Amino acid sequence: MGQPPGAFPATRHSVVRDLGSADPETRAAAYEALARSYWRPVYMYVRLRWRRTPEDAQDLTQEFFARAFEREYLERYDPAKARFRTFVRTCLDGFLANEEKAAARLKRGGGYTITAVDFARFDADLAVHARSDDPDPERWFHREWIRGLFTDALERLRADADAAGHDVAFTLFHRYDIEPDGAAPRPTYASLARETGLAVTDVTNELAWARRTFREIVLHTLRSICATDEEFRAEARDLLGSDPR
Amino acid sequence: MTPGPEQTRRPDAPKPRSGEGGWLSDAAVDRLRRLDDRPDFDGTRYEIGDAIGHGGMGVVFRGRDRELDRDVAVKVTTWSTPADADRLRREARTLAALEHPGIVPVHDVGRLADGRVYSVMMLVRGERLDVVASRLALPDRLRLFDRICDTVSFAHARGVIHGDLKPANVMVGEFGQVLVLDWGGGGTEGYMAPEQAIGAADARSDVYALGAILRDLARPADGDLPAKPLTSIVSRAMGPDPAARYADPGELAADVRRFLDGAAVAAHREGPLERVGRLARAYRTPLALIGAYLVMRILLLFWR
Repeated sequence: MGQPPGAFPATRHSVVRDLGSADPETRAAAYEALARSYWRPVYMYVRLRWRRTPEDAQDLTQEFFARAFEREYLERYDPAKARFRTFVRTCLDGFLANEEKAAARLKRGGGYTITAVDFARFDADLAVHARSDDPDPERWFHREWIRGLFTDALERLRADADAAGHDVAFTLFHRYDIEPDGAAPRPTYASLARETGLAVTDVTNELAWARRTFREIVLHTLRSICATDEEFRAEARDLLGSDPR
Repeated sequence: MTPGPEQTRRPDAPKPRSGEGGWLSDAAVDRLRRLDDRPDFDGTRYEIGDAIGHGGMGVVFRGRDRELDRDVAVKVTTWSTPADADRLRREARTLAALEHPGIVPVHDVGRLADGRVYSVMMLVRGERLDVVASRLALPDRLRLFDRICDTVSFAHARGVIHGDLKPANVMVGEFGQVLVLDWGGGGTEGYMAPEQAIGAADARSDVYALGAILRDLARPADGDLPAKPLTSIVSRAMGPDPAARYADPGELAADVRRFLDGAAVAAHREGPLERVGRLARAYRTPLALIGAYLVMRILLLFWR
């Protein structure tokens, strides 16, 4: 995500459309962007729904994207038939079923490898938090896809907040919107003001900045991984409950 | 970078304590999904409950006014751009000036600390027009339509255009009263006049949308075609040329009332057979009585 999330891009760039690009660099960049958005739910799906070991799951996640790159799986996406995330999960199921049937796994091709993702740390989180009790694989995949999207957006928000001098905004956002679990009472703006030594109006303004920026980051990423404007709007409505502008 | 409030630096601001960059709990994911739906009303007199609708520019919540101990509807702009804030304020002022049983009264307007603007309205207890209409016979549906036109006419007479009339913006209260919501909207596909799409909306754009509502209401439940005069009324109300439509909602409603009364409608030129059929339907009771009388007279003639 090299683009600032602020103003929504006028050109409405979609990496899904770039998957079929004739330019090898554009195509590779599109796969990279998609893999970054999907590696968490794909890895979780392999680990928990297909009950593979961490090593197998990591290997299969890499291989899924490598195979998709080599054999142009994802380029066959038809927006008229399904959402892109549903298509990815369907491809993944097909890929895993074939893998299971094969007596020996084929050696991974050299076309594409996901880089700079921390499978080991993610797996440690899975061991503590993840559940696989939803009988509907589509709903489960969707949920984990959202979790991955938000996790990336939070990391981006923290970097943006630091860069823009809004580090306290990220802290407040984390305290108010991320940390409280079901049992703990949510802090109030007043309690956060006391905790941080800020005025209540500063707390509200900083929180407003963080929420707005978070939302823009999410929408920016979402737009890039949807094939059409209609799909983007439908996903945004599902995800955030309102129409993007 | 998005313009934000003046940066509030504090060297010793505490860092996030847990979950930083790590696992997001299900509860956190849920909160993040409705971030812009859950404004913080801390410090105001209102408590916010569930979201009950998404309007043209914001989200409407069920709420409670603690001061007056009553339920209310609270509309909050989706985001805090100055244009949104101005628009919601304008809408609230406009509605506050319109006192009509079909228009939801506005109690209050305010601004949240995060810059978003909210308006507080009477909480409408009822169902959407399309839900209610699905249970009603055609004459009752048309009587509801008449009341919608009456409300819109009232607003037009005071220079206010609705801009987003559609079944989702009309509620039918528990006593059958009609309430028209979400004034000042931007139009919805299927109900939006062609000129509105290019930013040239006027009162006749509302006539177009009313025609689209009538089209929905006139459609028989069995999938059959609506009566010809009703189809003509809808066509005239939804004409592409605003000048060829009914001049105002009152004129449209009057034509629908004529249909209800069995009279000829202005939008439809009927043939002789159609006229006979209509008159027969309109006067079927007296015609049946005359018929019965004549049969009796004939029978009596033969008995003698």
